[in-house]
This record gives sequence, structure tokens and C-alpha cells, in this order.
Amino acid sequence: MALFEVFLRSKRSLDHKHVGSLHANDHQQALHYARDCYIRRSEGISIWIVKSEDIVASQEDDSPSFYDPMDDKPYRHPSFYKLPKEISNM
Amino acid sequence: MQDAKRQEHSFWEKIESNKKVEPKDWMPDAYRKSVIRALLNHINSEVIGMLPEKNWVTRAPSLRRKAALLAKIQDEAGHGLYLYSSAETLGISRPEMIESLQSGQSQYLFVFNYPTLTWADVGAIGWLVDGGAIGQQVPLQRTSYGPYARAMTRICKEESFHQRLGYDIMITLAKGSNEQKQMAQDALNRWWWPTLMMFGLPDTRTAHNDPLMKWKIKPETNDNIRQRFIDQTVPQIDYLGLEYPDPEIKWNEGRQHYDFGKIDWDEFYSVYNGSGHCNRDRIQQHKSAHQEGNWVREAMRKYREKHE
Repeated sequence: MALFEVFLRSKRSLDHKHVGSLHANDHQQALHYARDCYIRRSEGISIWIVKSEDIVASQEDDSPSFYDPMDDKPYRHPSFYKLPKEISNM
Repeated sequence: MQDAKRQEHSFWEKIESNKKVEPKDWMPDAYRKSVIRALLNHINSEVIGMLPEKNWVTRAPSLRRKAALLAKIQDEAGHGLYLYSSAETLGISRPEMIESLQSGQSQYLFVFNYPTLTWADVGAIGWLVDGGAIGQQVPLQRTSYGPYARAMTRICKEESFHQRLGYDIMITLAKGSNEQKQMAQDALNRWWWPTLMMFGLPDTRTAHNDPLMKWKIKPETNDNIRQRFIDQTVPQIDYLGLEYPDPEIKWNEGRQHYDFGKIDWDEFYSVYNGSGHCNRDRIQQHKSAHQEGNWVREAMRKYREKHE
């Protein structure tokens, strides 16, 4: 049996969130199990099933050079820009 | 050598700054073993905890109560599953964990070794044991191991229904006929002390420099959680109009807490070590269920072989 990760999108949200994992023989079975285990209280209206081995992830501890480029570009943030007092609706 | 030191430093930095340790992080072997042990105890408790309740499914007093009790039991199976998944990230397999429970190598909450003698016991367990478990599990949402902490967040949400169902049953009985009220009182009397013992040994008796606290696997002390539980529950006993199961329960104005009587830790040890009414029975039921379910595993094996 393979390990699958389960993602749910709730009625009120726009994106899927990771809620847990389970073992199943194939994607369809995993979908059924996810329905049984993860939406007992209608927590989601859409389920995504992904094989755990298909997930490629970065780690917080990865080489700093992977993340560094983000740290020195404050001009990408709206808060970097000081608005004149007279402008109140931007 | 430099690398090993850096990894260790990174690990302790996470612990100290209340960050989560994740499955792919380096961790001391002793930490890994401790988390597995804590998880196993919890998993076994969820799994075995279903047994005292299944005892009353066929004899629930109404269809609504039957459906609610079934839902509670299903939740507990689900909790076991989330936690099995969390444990598997640490390198232990499902068959190993099942063997560990059945061989007695790992334990479960001793409180499930007591029998459920009446329908009121179902109410008392939900109200007190699940209620007590909430007290332990809310702090566990801050446990240092990531997968465990995330599983706890989900479990806590569901546990709340368990406690309310239990209390709802107690209200129905306590406000019912004299016979029902007596049944409720009797169940309270029998489950009170085992519930208090569930929070674990007093802080003075637990190992000095408890590693579980050092590694922030366990974020709060036993005595704190136990006292908080008592403070919350005594007014709930008052509302039911039942008598205190402990004559020494009394509000202490100076401490701003309820005082309570001495816990009989000898009983705890004897039940813990196997002399409870149901110790052998629980494991035997688990073994039977596992054997009886073998045809499902066989069918899945055959299906897999056919499609490989």
C-alpha cells in the first residue's frame, strides 16, 4: 500500500489545505478513505489526493542560498513605500 | 564532525524557541524513541478505548444515543489512524506497532481496564475521561514534534463532542427517575478516582528532570492539569445535583482552587500492572479483532499481486 497526502478545500475557502495522510492501494481508494476519515463533519467540499512520494518539498533548514535572494528585496513589499499624508485611500 | 555539531545545535535551537521538529530534521535517537513511546501510548489508548464503549452500543437506550455513541467510537478509530500516521514518520511500521500493543511491550491508559457496568458509565466516561483527556491534549498541541502537534489540533476539535455527549447523558440520568439518578451517582463514584489517576503520578514522584519536559514533548505538569480538571468539573457535579465522590472536595479560598483527598496510587499500580478487571480481556479482544480481520488484509494482498 502506498502513502497518500490529503488536501481539503472547505466551502468558504479558496485553496486546499493539507490535513493528513493515509495508506491505500490506489488513488480512488485513497479518495474514498479520505472521504470517510477527513470530512465526517463536512470539513471539505473538495478533496485532493497526492502520492506522498510525488511531493517535492523544500525544508526550512535548506541551504541559505536557496532562500537568501528573498531577504534583501524589501522593495517588493507594499510597506516599503511611504505614502504622503494627503493620500488616504491607497 | 562540524556537521554533526551544527545539526545538534539546530535541533536544540528549535526546542528552545518552540519551533517544530519535522520528520526530515536530524534528531537525537533518544528524542525519536521518546516521541514514538509517547505516541504509542496515545494510539493504544484510542484503540483500546473503543472497547469499553462498544460494550453498550447494542444496549443504548435510544436510537439517537446509539448513533451518537457509534460516531464517538468511529472518531476514536480515526484518532488512532492520525497518530499511527504521525508515528510512521519516525520510522516505525504499523505491524510493529500492533505487535507492540499485543505483546504488552507498549501500554495504554490504564483507565480503560475498568469495566463499563451500566449505561451511566458511558456518560461518565465521556464526561470525565474524555474531559480529562482534553485537559491533557490541549497542551499537546504545542508538543515539539510537528506531526504529533498537528494531529492533536484535529483530535482536540473532535474530543469536545465526546465530552458533551457524555455530560448530556449524565444530565438526562441525573434529572430522571430515582433509579436513573442512582445509576448516575454510582458511575460517577466509580470513574472519579481512575480519572484523576489518568493525569499521572504527582510531580514530586515523576523522574527528576523528566526528559519529556526537557524536549517539550509534554508541555505541562501532571499536577497542573489535574488541578485544572478538578476545578472545572466540580461545578459540573453541582449542576447535576450529585454528591461529591470525594468527601474532601472543598473550595480553598486562599489557593483559589478546590482541595481534594489523597489518591490511592497503590490501586493505580495494581491496575497498571495487570490486575484490573479487564486487562487481559482488552488485549484478547484486540487480538481476536485483528485475527478476524485477516481476510481483509489477504484480499488486499491478492488485489495488489494481481495488479502489479
